[in-house]
Formats: sequence, C-alpha cells, structure tokens
Amino acid sequence: MKRSLKIEETVFRVLMILSTAFILLILGVIMYSVFEKGMKAISWEMLTSIPSGGYYYGKGGGILNAITGSMALAFGATILAFVIGLPVALYINVFLHGKKKLVNFIRFILDLIWGIPSIVYGAFGFTLMVLIGLQTSLLAGIVTVTLFILPIMIRSMDEILRTVPTGLMEAAYSLGSNKSELAFKIFTRQSVSGIITAVLLSFGRAIGDAASVLFTAGYTDNLPNSLMEPVATLPLSIFFQLASPVPEVQARAYASALVLTVIILIVSLFSRGLGKRYHKTKINF
Amino acid sequence: METAIKVNNLNVFAGKSQILKNINCEIRKKRITVILGPSGCGKTTLLKCMNRLTDLYPELKVSGEILINEKNILDPGADIYKLRQSMGLLSQRPYPLPMTIYNNIAYALKLRGVRKKRELHKLVMDYLKQAALYDEVRNRLREPASRLSIGQQQRLCLARGLAVNPEIILADEPTSALDPISSRFIDEKFQELKKDYTIVVVTHVLRQARRIADNVIFMYLGEVIEQGPATEFFENPKQEKTKLYLEGMFN
Repeated sequence: MKRSLKIEETVFRVLMILSTAFILLILGVIMYSVFEKGMKAISWEMLTSIPSGGYYYGKGGGILNAITGSMALAFGATILAFVIGLPVALYINVFLHGKKKLVNFIRFILDLIWGIPSIVYGAFGFTLMVLIGLQTSLLAGIVTVTLFILPIMIRSMDEILRTVPTGLMEAAYSLGSNKSELAFKIFTRQSVSGIITAVLLSFGRAIGDAASVLFTAGYTDNLPNSLMEPVATLPLSIFFQLASPVPEVQARAYASALVLTVIILIVSLFSRGLGKRYHKTKINF
Repeated sequence: METAIKVNNLNVFAGKSQILKNINCEIRKKRITVILGPSGCGKTTLLKCMNRLTDLYPELKVSGEILINEKNILDPGADIYKLRQSMGLLSQRPYPLPMTIYNNIAYALKLRGVRKKRELHKLVMDYLKQAALYDEVRNRLREPASRLSIGQQQRLCLARGLAVNPEIILADEPTSALDPISSRFIDEKFQELKKDYTIVVVTHVLRQARRIADNVIFMYLGEVIEQGPATEFFENPKQEKTKLYLEGMFN
C-alpha cells in the first residue's frame, strides 16, 4: 500500500514537471523566434517612421503608423470600457448584493460573451457601422474593441469587488452611508489594486487583438489624425506585412511582433508590481 | 425607567427555517443590556434587526414590530439612513474603512453633516480621545487605518461609531477578537458610556455578561427564554433552561 502510494506520487510529480517544462519550452521558442527575428528588424528608423511606398510593397520606412494607431485604439477602448465597466461591476456587487440568482445569471452571461471569438465582434461591429453609416475608422475600431474587452473588464473587476467583506459593508451602512457612497467611496478604494490590474489586463487584450479591428479600424500608412479615419494597428501590421514576398516588408512585421510583445510584457509586469505594492501597504488616501 | 427599544412579536425566517421565534423584549435607556445565549441562537440576527442590517440579506423575511421613539423601524417607509445613524455599531472584528485613520472618523462626521474643516478637525480629535486612541495615533493620522493593531482598530471603530452622534450603541461580541487588555478597555468604556448612551451587547461569554450587564435577555434556539435585571437573572433565575445555562450545561 505504502509503496504503491509512493509510485503514484513519483509518477504524478514527473508528469507535472514534464508538462511544466513543455509549456516553458514552447514559450521559450515563441519568445526566441519573436526576439531573434524582431531584433534584426528593429532600428530607430523602424520605430520612428511610417512605411514609404505603401505598406505592402514599399521597402523603406517603419511601423510608427501601427504603434501610434494601436496605442490610440487601445487607450480609447480601455478608457471607454472602464467608464462603462466600473459602474456595472459596482452595481452587481453593491446594488444587487444578496440577489444571488440574478447576480449568478449576470455573471454567467458575462462569462458567455467573454468566450465569443473576437472575429465575431469584428463582424458585429461591421454590421453596426453599415447600419449607422460609419466607415472603417479609429472610432469604429474603438467601439468594437470596447465591446470586446467590456466583459473581460467587468468580470475581472467583479471578481475583486466580490471579495470585499460583508462586515465592511455592514460597517459602512451602519454609519448611514447610502449605496452610491458605499460603491464609490468604500468598494472602489478597498479594491484599487484589483481594479488597476483589471484595466491593465483589458488594455493588453485590446492592443493584441487583430480580428476585431480587421473590418472596423482598417489599415493605413498614415499616423492617426482623426477619429473618423482608418488607423493601422500592430496585430494587423503583422498580418498584412508577413504575407508580403518582399523581405524588407516582412521585417516590418517582425518588428511589429517584437514591439507588441514588449508592450504586453511591460503592461503585465506593471500590473503585477502594482498589485503587490498595493497589497503590501494597503491604500493610502 | 424609560424604554429605548421595544420589540413586539418579531419573527425572522430564512427560507423555511425560523431564526427568531416571536421575540418580545425591551431595552432600557442608558443601561447596558446584554443579549446572552449559546452560539447560533439568533442573538446577532436580533441585533441586526434593530438597525435594519437585515435588509442586506434578502433571503431573511422579517415580520413584527421594533419600536424606537414610538416609531416602528421595520416599517418599509422608515428612514433607514437616519435610523442607522442613531445607532453606533461595533462588530465582532473591526472593519476599518479603506482610508486613513483621520478619514475613518471624518467620513462618519461628514455623513452626519459636519462640513467646516476646523470643526471637523476638532471633532476627530475629540472622538479619538474618547476612544483613548489619540496618544497612540496622533503622529500617524494620515496612515491607512489597516496598519493599526486589531485592538486599536476596534477602538477606532468605536470612535467612528460615536462620531455619527448616536443614541444607541449596538455591539456584536465586540471583544471576541481582541487581546485581554483591549477587551477590558472596551468593557470599562461601556460602563462610562452608559451615562449618555443606551448600550446593547451581544455575547456568549457568561463572565463578560456578569461583569457589564445591567439587564439580560437570555436567548436559546431563537426564543427569548428569560429577561430582566442582571442581579435577579444571575442570582435567582426563574426558568429551568436559564439555570442549566448558568451552570454551564449547554457548552
């Protein structure tokens, strides 16, 4: 009996080590190929100029159009999703407190729409654009990406807000607070670090998604200069330029991949660091 | 002696199970009333009915009457925010608000309508002194309240509870998470505060009840078994169950 337990333990430990090693290996290979090809392609000119002679055939220039476009789009969508998402998450946790069936239903629906592939959001955004007569533009991209990251934003905030202890709720109510005060003064403060993490997570998703902006934001060689005009994005910069037969154009795709990876890496490290910092010292207002 | 809170035929159901069964009791003004009983007998639920914190739990069905100043506070039209401000709550473990020590009290004062900065500052200091916290925290008023020790946090919660200017103090096993010194402070503070406030303390600790109670309401399995002045309750209990409890048979 004892011996068979020991064997079982060893087998499972080896399996776990193997699967961890396998995942690390794959991650390593991906990172290696992105950095290996990206580092060769990257240069100051690559980061600071727009493609010359057209993004598909032109050999000169860089990816500034995609970097600025992605930033504008991701920032816009994250801010919009935050403004809509925070009140929703607070509403679920403060105003609907105790209505377990309803809240569970809402969470279930949000989880469902979290799972919808982003290309469907892209198609939906496109239909919406046709309906209101909007052309491919930064605005259409922002709206579509907002819809796409909204469930992610709401659910990750919700997971943090639901950890606020009922005792704290009772304490605040017993002082005579009303629900809005409880939501905006107590719940948000108690959950600052988690809310920031949720925002950064959503930003990462917003900047990395290709399918939702494919029909809606379009693509261009120019820098974003108006909400109503198309913008380039890093994921589509990879998508369009990697398919080109011209090696110089392919280099722009690799550079885009590197820049995108680094941005997401920074964002996730930042969110982890912030989370830890806030947890250590709690919140100081 | 005047009555502060009068409970008439109070019933509380959670689904099919009845948590409180036809409760009738009276709480006297400017006295310490201890609600005593073994764990799970409905003491805390009774306390939470008094400031309508039961509203937070939609699964609880509350019926009956709780009269405070001749008004039934269970009436759906009652002003619960005002009601809650007329009572300070001290819970089992302290829940400081996620803000600075200073703002924990200032928040309560602002809810009560104090706006002027100078007045706010003076009152915050007053309440810190009342809770014997001033000397310990006067140099760290801008630190988060969560950095205080549990005993200090509970005193801060007491100061915060007093800051809404209540008539009644509700305390739900306020010393169960505290060290002996902090516990003694809270018990002694209640003796001092009863000159100005009506105090209701929930406890399952017999010793604590003996030490602080003027009146006792003894509960068992959702019912009030016996109530009356503490001396009579402890020296000369009338009910069989009370006698058994006092002899330690229930624990």
